[in-house]
Amino acid sequence: MKKLNIFIAAILTLVWIPTQGQTNKGSVLIKNATVLTVTNGTLEDTDVLVENGIIKKIGKGLSASNVTTIDAKGKYLMPGIIDAHSHVALDAVNEATAPITSEVQMADVVDPFDVGLYRALAGGVTISHAMHGSANAIGGQNITLKHRYGTYNPEDLYMKEAPRTIKFALGENPTRVHGRGKNIQPRTRMGVEAIIRNGFNEALQYKKSWENYNTALKQKGATPIPPKHDARLQTLVDILDGKIIIHCHSYRADEIYALINTCRDFGITNIVFSHVNEGFKVAPELAAYTMGASVFADWWAYKFEVYYSTAYNAAILTENNVITSINSDSGELIRHLYHEAAKTQRYGQLSDEQALALITINPAKQLGIADKVGSIEEGKQGDLVIFDEHPLSVYAIPQMTFVDGVKYFDIHDDADDMRIKVSATDTVEPIFLKEHDHNCMHGVDFFFNNFGRSLFQHSH
Amino acid sequence: MKKFNSIIYLLALILLPVVTQAQFDGEFIKPRNGKFLLQNATVVTVTKGEIKNGSVLIVNGKIESVGTNISAGDAEVIDCTGQYIYPGLFDGGSRLGLVEVNSLPETQDFAEIGQVTPNMRALVAVNPNSVAIPVTRVSGVTTTLASPSGGLFPGTAALINLNGYTGDQMYAGFEGVILNFPTSARRSTWDRRSEEEVKKDAEQAQKNLNEIWAKATKYHELKSSEAELTFYPEMDQLAKVISGDLPLLVEVNAAEDILSAIKWIEEKKVRAILTGVAEGWRVADKIAQAKLPVITGPMLSIPTRQSDRFDAAYTNPGKLAKAGVKVVIRTNDAENVRNLPFNAGFAAAYGMGKEEALKAVTINAAEVFGIADKMGSIEAGKDATLFVSSGDPFETRTQVSHVFIDGYRVPMSNRHIKLYQEFLERSPGLEK
Repeated sequence: MKKLNIFIAAILTLVWIPTQGQTNKGSVLIKNATVLTVTNGTLEDTDVLVENGIIKKIGKGLSASNVTTIDAKGKYLMPGIIDAHSHVALDAVNEATAPITSEVQMADVVDPFDVGLYRALAGGVTISHAMHGSANAIGGQNITLKHRYGTYNPEDLYMKEAPRTIKFALGENPTRVHGRGKNIQPRTRMGVEAIIRNGFNEALQYKKSWENYNTALKQKGATPIPPKHDARLQTLVDILDGKIIIHCHSYRADEIYALINTCRDFGITNIVFSHVNEGFKVAPELAAYTMGASVFADWWAYKFEVYYSTAYNAAILTENNVITSINSDSGELIRHLYHEAAKTQRYGQLSDEQALALITINPAKQLGIADKVGSIEEGKQGDLVIFDEHPLSVYAIPQMTFVDGVKYFDIHDDADDMRIKVSATDTVEPIFLKEHDHNCMHGVDFFFNNFGRSLFQHSH
Repeated sequence: MKKFNSIIYLLALILLPVVTQAQFDGEFIKPRNGKFLLQNATVVTVTKGEIKNGSVLIVNGKIESVGTNISAGDAEVIDCTGQYIYPGLFDGGSRLGLVEVNSLPETQDFAEIGQVTPNMRALVAVNPNSVAIPVTRVSGVTTTLASPSGGLFPGTAALINLNGYTGDQMYAGFEGVILNFPTSARRSTWDRRSEEEVKKDAEQAQKNLNEIWAKATKYHELKSSEAELTFYPEMDQLAKVISGDLPLLVEVNAAEDILSAIKWIEEKKVRAILTGVAEGWRVADKIAQAKLPVITGPMLSIPTRQSDRFDAAYTNPGKLAKAGVKVVIRTNDAENVRNLPFNAGFAAAYGMGKEEALKAVTINAAEVFGIADKMGSIEAGKDATLFVSSGDPFETRTQVSHVFIDGYRVPMSNRHIKLYQEFLERSPGLEK
């Protein structure tokens, strides 16, 4: 009986541990690396000590007992790469049923089994911003993920310290899905602007109704009827109160400028524009009034609203003091964001430091986590990547990737097959000639007239 | 009165040039040819090593001479001290020029209606004035295979140089008929057919292909014996493949399909080039044995199977080359063919090596397309299709400073660069 009790207790412990959400924290000493700190220049022949998931010390001749030591002589150490726009590890992307669906949460559809997480780690990416799609003017709430691949529990992937963010979308996608697809507003950029503005005004009314109710409650003997709870409007209220950062899918300069004006009218400053192919045309405005722009290095011409783009976008934005990041929006591209960042050296000749900031400290700022990650500094989380060559070289190959001091990728030790879930129904593993990009319009392609296109091309 | 008239005429004559000059600001830079001497560069010939402090003399579209002591004569001298000269890079498969804006059907000229349309010729639909062409060529990519896609025989691909105002001016001397070999793989992760449906469809497609081929063979036989035939443009084009006048570009990717394709090609005795070949590394020896050249890419793509190593696509060309296969690289892209050098860079980093990767986008391509006497390296007598860069063209930070195509120095400008020039320091800025 006692034995059985112990057995039951053991099982209960096993079940209990994961529900605590205590994710693994590791310790590691990386020695003699060329350390690209991003915020504090390049440190030659330097050691970095991570203890219990946190960067404890940066210096020369460090030692630590009972800690795995890695000799990185001749190698480069940089902060874990951060992707400010991704759909990796998501089961669903678009709740395309209404122009505003701010009540929806991507945290509910995180798929820890997606091998895309491992592939991202193999490209040095430790954090991704898993976003709702672009079908709606105001989409769902996103979730910032740390790539702790191997867990079966979606919650282990959440970066719980990260602030809330939400997806907005302008231009062709919301107007195609709602205006042309369903014959409801918005069909034009006028409509998109109005939907968002109306949403905020309605949220103000909603907020006021609760304030009135709460004031009434304080009256002695009063029994006021509470307003009906509305998660959609409450989320918009939270945006107005500065509790949520907007990440807005956008392309054309006019629509970007229109939303900047809307935000200014409502006192919103927490807004990042994503894709933002024509951001370079309103760079001074983006610099003055927003948290910046998260762009593609060189994507253009895949739809009309990106026809007048330039690969110099990131460089122009950076030189105009816009906080700028480079994102993937793709399960393929996320694997080589270091290379995408390097393209700003071909198109605009940015410095190494400027280019590296595009995939580290700048996306961290845009996600509200720059005090915790995005650079190699004492006290920050131990998210690190070792490269064999300078990461901005086309020949650079990531060697090891750490999240919270735990090694999740090692080019020399890992098995070829890194799946943690295998299909129960396929007798032969399927071969895919093209993997569809994890993209913004995922799940709403049935609204497209030219459906076949999505089989082999981008549709961001 | 007459005097007054002539005063007006005189006045008009004086004012005319002023008026016309005042209408436009700036000068339009056109491609121009002539005699150029590119001096004091490291010449990477590809076929004959590197020449330090070397020069290349370009006359009338051709490379007149390559060496260390070439006198300029009346040629325009371009100082290339500290710079490198490379032959123009080839993309072995793209839609560049066949599409302007990907999502707009009105601008998609790469996929015709029908399964058997080998007579659809890419060369007639290439838009020489596509905005993406100047965007591409400033990267040193000078030559691309414009490839139709879609059905079983989607059309005839054409090799084009990225300068010229008509298809004929751009034509680089190679055409090939494309066959999308029946596949047992799924088209993409959107493809939700059951295992059985996939298998059944593949068998049906194979049967279909063999029937069409038998028909084409018959057509060719009858035509060779000068029989009177009803006009049948599709068969007419396939007959050119059967006679050996045109090669067959066999698009095939899954390992099992590659083996079937090799068998089919040997049975039918067709002059063939394999394209795609995403899983080529699984059967590299078999491809090498069959002595079939391969056009593969893009490297920057996801493995075909979830269980594959993360770098399966990066390492594919290197593994093929090591097995002895002649490899050419392609982007399979349209507007971003300029990423070809980066695809080659990834192939180089992941096992192919820089030298072999450079061959894969220059001389190998020229050989596979049968134009190595004219292109693919820097040698006297070849076409002056080359570029000058600050260094290794695969390296991301490298700047390309001059591009010559058929002896024409093309402008180092395009819409992307013009937008940079206009908006780097916008006027007015934040305040008007």
